[in-house]
Amino acid sequence: MAKLRQTPSQTVGPYFAYGLAPEQYGYQQNLTSIAGSQMADSETEGEHIRVEGRVFDGAGNPISDALIEIWQADAMGRYSHPADPRGSNSTFKGFGRCGTGTDPQNRFWFDTVKPGQVDAEQAPHLNVIVSMRGMLLHAFTRIYFPGEPANASDKVLNAVPAERRGTLISTRQSNNLYRFDIHMQGDNETVFFDA
Amino acid sequence: MTESFNARDWSGQPAYIAPDYKSTPLRGPTKPLIPLPQTLSELTGPVYGQESVTGDDADLTRNGRRNGEPLGERIIVAGRVLDEDGRPVPNTLLEIWQANAAGRYIHNTDQHDAPIDPNFFGGGRCVTDFDGGYRFMTVKPGAYPWPNHHNAWRPNHIHFSLFGPSFVTRLVTQMYFPGDPLLDLDPIFLATPGATRDLLIARFNLELTEPNYALGYVFDIVLRGNSATPMEA
Repeated sequence: MAKLRQTPSQTVGPYFAYGLAPEQYGYQQNLTSIAGSQMADSETEGEHIRVEGRVFDGAGNPISDALIEIWQADAMGRYSHPADPRGSNSTFKGFGRCGTGTDPQNRFWFDTVKPGQVDAEQAPHLNVIVSMRGMLLHAFTRIYFPGEPANASDKVLNAVPAERRGTLISTRQSNNLYRFDIHMQGDNETVFFDA
Repeated sequence: MTESFNARDWSGQPAYIAPDYKSTPLRGPTKPLIPLPQTLSELTGPVYGQESVTGDDADLTRNGRRNGEPLGERIIVAGRVLDEDGRPVPNTLLEIWQANAAGRYIHNTDQHDAPIDPNFFGGGRCVTDFDGGYRFMTVKPGAYPWPNHHNAWRPNHIHFSLFGPSFVTRLVTQMYFPGDPLLDLDPIFLATPGATRDLLIARFNLELTEPNYALGYVFDIVLRGNSATPMEA
């Protein structure tokens, strides 16, 4: 039985940029960013990809003050974290952060490597946190890749009603460019998880 | 060890849709959340330790200086980051951001007619010590108007962002000040269930107060705990 109650969440609000993504928004003279869109460099092993998309509200308008955070395994499916017994030996950290307020089309984007399979029950995926003004607590989702044979047996995808599963799978725009739009509401509402 | 993190305490969290906070009805998810089994993807998370903090990152009265000290009432905000069992969460990153003493954010979309302080930036970070302790020096943020409803004002607050030990322990919240009359009028604060609302309010503390220098406020933060069971128990 827990003794203390969890501190409640509150919204990230409209002004997170200089606190959480200072370099992206031009405040780097005061504070460096711990993470940004550039998750991989030329030394990083794996298939280099860009994942980009927009976030839409219930009226279908793109949101200009959302914050998207990505947590992912390296190309071998290993997390850079002590709980992963395999221990990543690459310099790839696996965390990215991008606000939707600096691109003229309000896109977020991540330059990264395609993650490997973490375990036999899961297809390659990116773990996502969505925060914005108007959300009192963040939402969890995942980005999967199209045409992956492992998608069919992925235990998380299989726990999602079949008619909504497609909202978690990105589309391939060109060789290394994947698109993943997030719909907060509506018929095509992205699947969000109770993680 | 096999580990799993406790679920979000839904009875103590604000709802996604809180109609009095008017940007929630078009932005919060409306369909039921799908339960996610905790895999290695959820049991791991970004690790940011002491190497992510430099110089005056935790002293907001210094990290934005150009030609003098920032204006406002100097305060110390300190506390401990704990899990639900009261165990300290060491070596985890806290990021904060706030308005200046006049209630103005440096962010270029903040158009509130209050002065920018050339010597105050408003963003900072620090890492918890072995005992979960953290400490910031800053100035007390001012209240400011927002367009939610007629004559709406946000209470004085500081935004906090934390990671904790895994992807699912991430927390973004706001710290408020005791005795603020705007709290009872604020739809963001009031969207939090009554039972946990007070957990968002710092306590004034004379022990933490530095004589002739700065008032002290204590703000402890509780992240989701875990139920670790040794494999060979």
